Amino acid sequence: MTEQITGAQALIRALELENVDTIFGLPGGCILPAYDPLLDSHIRHILVRHEQGAGHMAEGYAHVTGRPGVALVTSGPAATNMVTPLCDAYMDSIPMICITGQVPTSAIGTDAFQECDTVGITRSVTKHNELVMSADEIPLIVRQAFHIATTGRPGPVLIDVPKDCLQNMMTWHWPTDEEVLESLPGYRPNTKGHSRMIKEAARLILDSKQPVLYVGGGVLKARAADTLRELAELINTPVVTTLMARGAFPDSHPLCLGMPGMHGNATAITAMQKSDLLINLGARFDDRITGKVSTFAPDAKIIHVDIDPAEQGKVRRPDVPIVGDCRLVIEELVKTIKEMLANGEVQADISAWKSRVSGWQEQFPMYYSPNEPGEALKPQFCLEKLHELAPAGTILCSGVGQHQMFSSQFWKFEEPYTWVNSGGLGTMGFSIPAAIGAKVARPDRTVWAVDGDGCFQMTAQELVTASVERIPIKVAVLNNSYLGMVRQWQEMFYDERYSEVYLSPELPDFVKWAEAMGCVGIRVESPEEVEPAIALANSINDRSVVVEFRVDAGEKVFPMVPAGFGNDDVLLHPNQNDRREFLR
Amino acid sequence: MSMTPNTTSMPSHHILSVLVQNRAGVLARVSSLFARRGYNIFSLAVAPTEDPDFSRITIVVDVESAPLEQIVKQLFKLIDVVKISELDPRRSVERELMMATVRVASEDRGQVVELANIFEGKILAVGTEAITVSLEGSPDKLDDFEELLRGYGIVELQRTGRVALPKLDKEARTRPHKNGKAS
Repeated sequence: MTEQITGAQALIRALELENVDTIFGLPGGCILPAYDPLLDSHIRHILVRHEQGAGHMAEGYAHVTGRPGVALVTSGPAATNMVTPLCDAYMDSIPMICITGQVPTSAIGTDAFQECDTVGITRSVTKHNELVMSADEIPLIVRQAFHIATTGRPGPVLIDVPKDCLQNMMTWHWPTDEEVLESLPGYRPNTKGHSRMIKEAARLILDSKQPVLYVGGGVLKARAADTLRELAELINTPVVTTLMARGAFPDSHPLCLGMPGMHGNATAITAMQKSDLLINLGARFDDRITGKVSTFAPDAKIIHVDIDPAEQGKVRRPDVPIVGDCRLVIEELVKTIKEMLANGEVQADISAWKSRVSGWQEQFPMYYSPNEPGEALKPQFCLEKLHELAPAGTILCSGVGQHQMFSSQFWKFEEPYTWVNSGGLGTMGFSIPAAIGAKVARPDRTVWAVDGDGCFQMTAQELVTASVERIPIKVAVLNNSYLGMVRQWQEMFYDERYSEVYLSPELPDFVKWAEAMGCVGIRVESPEEVEPAIALANSINDRSVVVEFRVDAGEKVFPMVPAGFGNDDVLLHPNQNDRREFLR
Repeated sequence: MSMTPNTTSMPSHHILSVLVQNRAGVLARVSSLFARRGYNIFSLAVAPTEDPDFSRITIVVDVESAPLEQIVKQLFKLIDVVKISELDPRRSVERELMMATVRVASEDRGQVVELANIFEGKILAVGTEAITVSLEGSPDKLDDFEELLRGYGIVELQRTGRVALPKLDKEARTRPHKNGKAS
């Protein structure tokens, strides 16, 4: 068995053996050799218009499937264009493989054409990266990359392949699992929680009078939504789902309090603040959740389940740290609690707590001032209608800003992997390419991208990719002609001194732009046009649709915990402020 | 060697002994974790271990315990890092090498030679106007020697940064960080 093939052939064969069905990419000089064997492969290649698009598409693909998205680009500027998606994937723990071309090994370090220090530049935005030094290394490095990207805390891995390594002949060998493990002596993620810690956690849970399940993206990464539901129902405990965990627990479930944090709803925020036990499952006490850390949930004991030991105690020291995979740990917790209950132990009475929580829910529903006749369209109303008219199983992607918060607040998520957004890095322009990636992965689903006019202008060109590749997505542009979230901060915290946030009401013409990219373009200016436009968009399945909603620029996202303040200082919608004392 | 290492110095310094795979780029990965947080590495020594597939990096860093714990956990996350031990200065032996060229006229050369002999150092090179000496020992001893040489006028000086191993007495001396390997 000494089959001789080129490094490029080995690369494509390795990807096939890793069950890759789609690559998002754009060829160029140094990666050219890899594009030749791709012609003979069953792998579908989606030719993007900008490398950043390939990265976010790979992320969208990974978000909805759990399988790593793959991006293939050339050296130099292509590699630097991948930095944003890599960092985005790193922050949100998205499994992703990025393969970049590199100048030939003999030219590395000479400032050759389209050369850059890709592994140096991407070192701090990847879980791992590797520079290939010979064609023979390619299969092992690919296997290592997929192993590292998909196990432990998932994340992006970059493989930098010099052109001569693609062109040179090598002796094909597909490494065994043992060879992969042996080659990574420093990488042994711990997935099974410590049984004594799990018992301690169960003890705390049964003793708690005011518990809250604080659910983060780790639950989705661990495919633990069903297990989570079992636990929540077993201990009858309210659940908050962070921005990264929307859909991990159904919004319609009576125990669901929705999203906490800077723009979370008042009940979710307050329940965490007043709780005596936070059961953190795969969340990381992000600053957007905690607000001012010193005043965050001051009386709560902390159980922290996270597969990444570095998250334990990073922000808030847990009383019970459990390093492990959320699904395995929650399963053990359920088992342990059931055993304790069977042995005659009883859970503390949490009915007073539950009724207090329901009181908040009644007093503080998500709220916006409805449209008065003649007034500008409310963005929240558009979101409500989008959700109401969405076919079952619709996947929602969003960009970053006000529209992202409105999406999370006013969409009702009922199943996991139907929400795709850029949570940690907050990458404007994420939604369109991510939606394309999601649609490629789930062609059976309707995919809506909710975008702002600012975000849309950052990555809209990928709609050309969508048209050419026949990937029909739907885009709702909430056009308020401002960088809306920045405008909101300037209004509230900079005395309404608006500095460089006004875009333009008329430019670009989103309808014409959509049409120029092969999409259907629809403009909506009044509330009565909203439903028909959305219905029309939902009925078009042979091409992408862009619906521009001209929305009220003065609308702000509430509730809001101002940066630097504690969660007790949450600002409610002005119409709810007179009820503030109910939150005490 | 009969010298007792002085282990009371610099209580805010921590010594990390990091076992890594011996490959290109590992040092950059390790050092950038410190750089990102603005922590200065006080000294650093890297060389292959008894197994040429692995290198040991000895890092001395001046940082509070809390951020150090976080850095250690982040170091564990590096795929190429195999093991990390924090060496307690009171329970380790530390060594460092120093070379110094001292400007000294031939009539005063004897004084420097004598000094080197007292410290059990070596004379590496002798010129008409200068002399190069070396000293291996505990970092404190090197500090003292350097201070004394300063009086003569140091032209060039190079120290290696310390290397350290746990002392061989009673129980195990290393304090392997908890939580095992990171994800």
